[in-house]
Amino acid sequence: MQLEIKNLQASYGKIKALHGIDFSIDRGEIVCIIGANGAGKSTTLRAISRLLPADSGSVMNFEGKNLLQYQPDKVVSELGISHVPEGRRLFGNLTVMENLKLATFARKDKDSIAKDTEQVFSIFPRLKERISQMAGTLSGGEQQMLAVGRAYMSGRKLMLLDEPSMGLAPLLMLSMFEALKGINREGTTILLVEQNARLALKFASRAYVLENGHMALEGPSEDLLHNPEVKKAYLGG
Amino acid sequence: MDLFLQNIVNALQWGSFYALIALGYSMVYSILMLFNFAHGDIFMVGAYIGFGVATALLGFVAMTGIPLPGWLILILTIIITMFITSFVGIFIERVGYRPLREAPRASAAITGLMIGIILETGNLAILGARRLSFPQLIESTTYQFGGVYVTNKKILIVGVSLTLMFLLHRFIQKSKWGMAMRAMSFDFEAVPLMGISINRIAPLTFAIGSALAAAAGILYGLAYPVLDPYMGILLGWKAFVAAILGGRGSILGAALAGFMLGFIEIFAAWIFPSTLRDVIAYSIILLILTFRPHGFFGKAHSTQLRL
Ligand SMILES: Nc1ncnc2c1ncn2[C@@H]1O[C@H](COP(=O)(O)OP(=O)(O)OP(=O)(O)O)[C@@H](O)[C@H]1O
Ligand SMILES: [Mg+2]
Repeated sequence: MQLEIKNLQASYGKIKALHGIDFSIDRGEIVCIIGANGAGKSTTLRAISRLLPADSGSVMNFEGKNLLQYQPDKVVSELGISHVPEGRRLFGNLTVMENLKLATFARKDKDSIAKDTEQVFSIFPRLKERISQMAGTLSGGEQQMLAVGRAYMSGRKLMLLDEPSMGLAPLLMLSMFEALKGINREGTTILLVEQNARLALKFASRAYVLENGHMALEGPSEDLLHNPEVKKAYLGG
Repeated sequence: MDLFLQNIVNALQWGSFYALIALGYSMVYSILMLFNFAHGDIFMVGAYIGFGVATALLGFVAMTGIPLPGWLILILTIIITMFITSFVGIFIERVGYRPLREAPRASAAITGLMIGIILETGNLAILGARRLSFPQLIESTTYQFGGVYVTNKKILIVGVSLTLMFLLHRFIQKSKWGMAMRAMSFDFEAVPLMGISINRIAPLTFAIGSALAAAAGILYGLAYPVLDPYMGILLGWKAFVAAILGGRGSILGAALAGFMLGFIEIFAAWIFPSTLRDVIAYSIILLILTFRPHGFFGKAHSTQLRL
């Protein structure tokens, strides 16, 4: 087990958003969490990358290390967990290249950075054409590519993806998921959070269903795709 | 005409102090969304540290008999003082502001005011009320261009200021640390996701701002040698005005507005009775702000570091 989450609870002020959820991911897997608006999907990812403190009683282990002891920047730089956040959060005042470079700020393996940059450009050739364009002026699809590219540069053991399909045209959505599959084949574990349940279930091998801060269901994606409850609630009947 | 040119020269010098100090306000604001109201006092502390460093260097020269030229002592004083004062900034960030990062902005604002008071009165307690006189490290020479008089000190003050601003610009645009600062001014929260600790960028920003204020302190000491624990208050407030006028968080704006403030003050004093200088100057600035409430380079709701 690469990532093990037990009894994860998180709150915004006095309001609990996660009421003790459990899940785990093996190395090299693609796992997704689906759920409605406000179910707590983003909160889960924010807790893993330590942007949001977990409430006491939560247990989070990554490759045998206690995640709770890591600062958010160390989660990336020391554990190799990257996070493509909701809304992409690119640095719009920096160029495409600067955004990619910034993601390597804390990396010590300077030699492989150039190679990784080339790799990002071969995954997303569109980015290479826009190397010195300000990230803020990229189209929505290009921004999503840059957000993934940036995560690829920053840490590659586990990638947390928050709705990468958001705002993409269907064709682009498919090629984005193809690209993610490629990154996964290279050895990156992927935890994906999606509202687009059908797409997510086709992409991931296993899935969890999050409802109001509780894990409601889990299982192989194939099973969930045919589960009547899931069909009714998330796949439009 | 000569008098006009003379005033331009004086305004450039006077504006240099404002510009250097305003940069520190602006940088910290753009990154942490807070105004460090102790910044004017860091300028004062810098002047005193500069005094100490210069005195020590002069003592060293007297003791060893190594004939260091005055200009070299001055340059060493500036470099060493900037270095030492940067740690004052780092310390203030660590002790004063970091614990209050999640606190209401008003708490952070009064923290700055309190640190300022501590620095002023602490200085008074340690060094006493006697006024120190900043050592004049270089001999004054005056050059005459037509009817305009330019001293070597004025050239030096403006030259050093512009050089520091240029270096800052390069640093922010070209270095990876500068890049991280720009990123942080755009989206504070997303910075850790890049594996970058905010607790490294914030102190760096304070360090640079403080070092620039220290340079201003020394240059000020060259032009106006009498040091006083309260010398940073009025100058600090005026530089703060420049930082706002330039557009909150705009580096270029802060520098330009600093020089503009210098021009407005000097020309107000030239045209009107000099006792009315600040009344006129700041009424003009109030008027400018009425028409440009976000300053020259500021946009509504944007704090990103711009150059
Ligand atoms: N910053 C915040 N402050 C207060 N409450 C928040 C905050 N962010 C999220 N919440 C609340 O926490 C709950 C879970 O939110 P979260 O963003 O994790 O949902 P989500 O599953 O990602 O939804 P969506 O699909 O709309 O992105 C929601 O009820 C939301 O209102
Ligand atoms: Mg969400």
